[in-house]
Amino acid sequence: MSKKILLQHINVPGINTLETYVSHGGYQSLKKAFSMTPDEVTEEVKKSGLRGRGGAGFPTGMKWSFLDKKTDKPRYLVCNADESEPGTFKDRYLMQNIPHALIEGMIVSSYALGAKTSYIYVRGEMMHVIRILEAAIKDAYRAGYLGNNILGSNYSLDLFVHPGGGAYICGEETALLESLEGNRGNPRNKPPFPAVWGLYGCPTVVNNVETISDVPWIINNGGDAYASIGIGKSTGTKLISACGNINRPGVYEIELGLSVEEFIYSDQYCGGIPNGKKLKAVVAGGSSVPILPADLILKTANGDPRLMSYESLSDGGFVSGTMLGSGGFIVYDEDQCIVRNLWNFSRFYHHESCGQCSPCREGTGWMEKVLHRIENGHGKMSDIDLLVDVAKKIEGKTICPLGEAAAWPVASAIRHFRAEFEEHIKNPDSCCKKHLHSEHALIH
Amino acid sequence: MTILSSNTIQEINNIKSRYPEGREKSALIPALHLAQAEQGWLPVQAMNEVAELLKIQPIEVYEVATFYTMFHIKKVGKYVIEVCRTGPCCNVGAEELIQYMEEKLKIKVGETTEDGLITLKTVECLAACGTGPVLQIGPDYIYQEQITKEKFDQLVEDLKIKGR
Repeated sequence: MSKKILLQHINVPGINTLETYVSHGGYQSLKKAFSMTPDEVTEEVKKSGLRGRGGAGFPTGMKWSFLDKKTDKPRYLVCNADESEPGTFKDRYLMQNIPHALIEGMIVSSYALGAKTSYIYVRGEMMHVIRILEAAIKDAYRAGYLGNNILGSNYSLDLFVHPGGGAYICGEETALLESLEGNRGNPRNKPPFPAVWGLYGCPTVVNNVETISDVPWIINNGGDAYASIGIGKSTGTKLISACGNINRPGVYEIELGLSVEEFIYSDQYCGGIPNGKKLKAVVAGGSSVPILPADLILKTANGDPRLMSYESLSDGGFVSGTMLGSGGFIVYDEDQCIVRNLWNFSRFYHHESCGQCSPCREGTGWMEKVLHRIENGHGKMSDIDLLVDVAKKIEGKTICPLGEAAAWPVASAIRHFRAEFEEHIKNPDSCCKKHLHSEHALIH
Repeated sequence: MTILSSNTIQEINNIKSRYPEGREKSALIPALHLAQAEQGWLPVQAMNEVAELLKIQPIEVYEVATFYTMFHIKKVGKYVIEVCRTGPCCNVGAEELIQYMEEKLKIKVGETTEDGLITLKTVECLAACGTGPVLQIGPDYIYQEQITKEKFDQLVEDLKIKGR
């Protein structure tokens, strides 16, 4: 059994309530944190090697230490709960089932950063999660974990939930801050980074739900203990939301360093591919990361077993590797059509582009259009290189990474499955008709 | 005379206090959710009243209301069924299901049934990829997962009874 940090008590009845959460060690980290200075708390997080769990994987302690503490302006901690990356459903699972883990993490993290007011920005579609969090926050106030002079520490914190309005782009941290200020979710130019100029022009840290929920364990057990879990610079555990053609879709907490093969085939995790089908491809970290064919997801180009870690998944760069990303793990069996899937994702990015930068606004639309015609039997051979060209002209030329997020799936699908695109163009009827609606084999 | 009820106005004013003074505009998205929950959609009059409550220009409200997909700036049915159309849901049959929904409700995506009861919309990923196909039903935004044709039929029947 691998180490569980976030989901250790997931099966305890009533763990969503404050009483049960507390009786299983919940809110213990507050006392410990308040006995330390804020900088000591940050130091533990640095030592832990914890990296941002939203997708970018940036070291959390380092992000915290960039916070401008010289100004008199208030500082803010904002939790990014705008989970919208296709294939990703871990934060929703965590907030829905153990809401107090996030709230405890918000309190300890806010203390470390010196924030007096913090916000949890939840995507608006998750109204059910917002209702759960608001009720849990109320209970935390009542128990004295929030509000004035928390547990006699002289530290005071107000915590609010803020609903989004429906926009993938608000998962980008500066778009999220714009949205929180009541504006359209247009990402900001960086620098200045939020650590200097964030919410209302004040120093701000934006962290993912899972990242913040890891902090209490780190404070309770020490940064070194956390760093001893996992592999290399991929310390700790990671929530992986697995979906697609697998026997056991769901959210799994894995110790980083688990082999991809074990994750896909072990009954403890995905449980293999249904109906005796073969593995065709995997999108390992949410729809934005490069897709890899079966051989390259199971083994690196050098023949080493591929591991679920930041380093191993990106081994080979974009030629033969991918990214851990958000942990949205989408599995495709031999019947799934890469072209149709890519067209679907391209439509997603076109729909979600905020429209601010021309390369993304126009380019995502062109990619969708070209893929649509290939998928529908009107493609030309030159379309394949046209797609590669458009993707290249978006990448690196936009204010925020949505451009890359739209370009990488296209570039990687063509890199690894070019023959399938050619086949679509040559014999439009040969592919999609037979497996457009593969049978619904995923209910356990 | 306002079209927003005094309750909703009170709630919007309460929400303003979550944000620092002078930053009332932060309450805009929550306020639009409240206005929409009450009105069923966002008529211009409701948006103008929100602008007044937050001391901002109406155009600032319109630009936000039109940017975010959850806000209905045209009248919709009493219930809005929003079905996920993104990759993982399509891999487990969402496309076929959406076709079925159109046939069953005798409308196309984006339209409202003749009796004004149901609007059918497609949306992007709802973060329920392991339990797709997924849809949600507004105005309460209740998630319904692992949707089958039979389950959808039942949901429609339930809405017909509820909406009477």
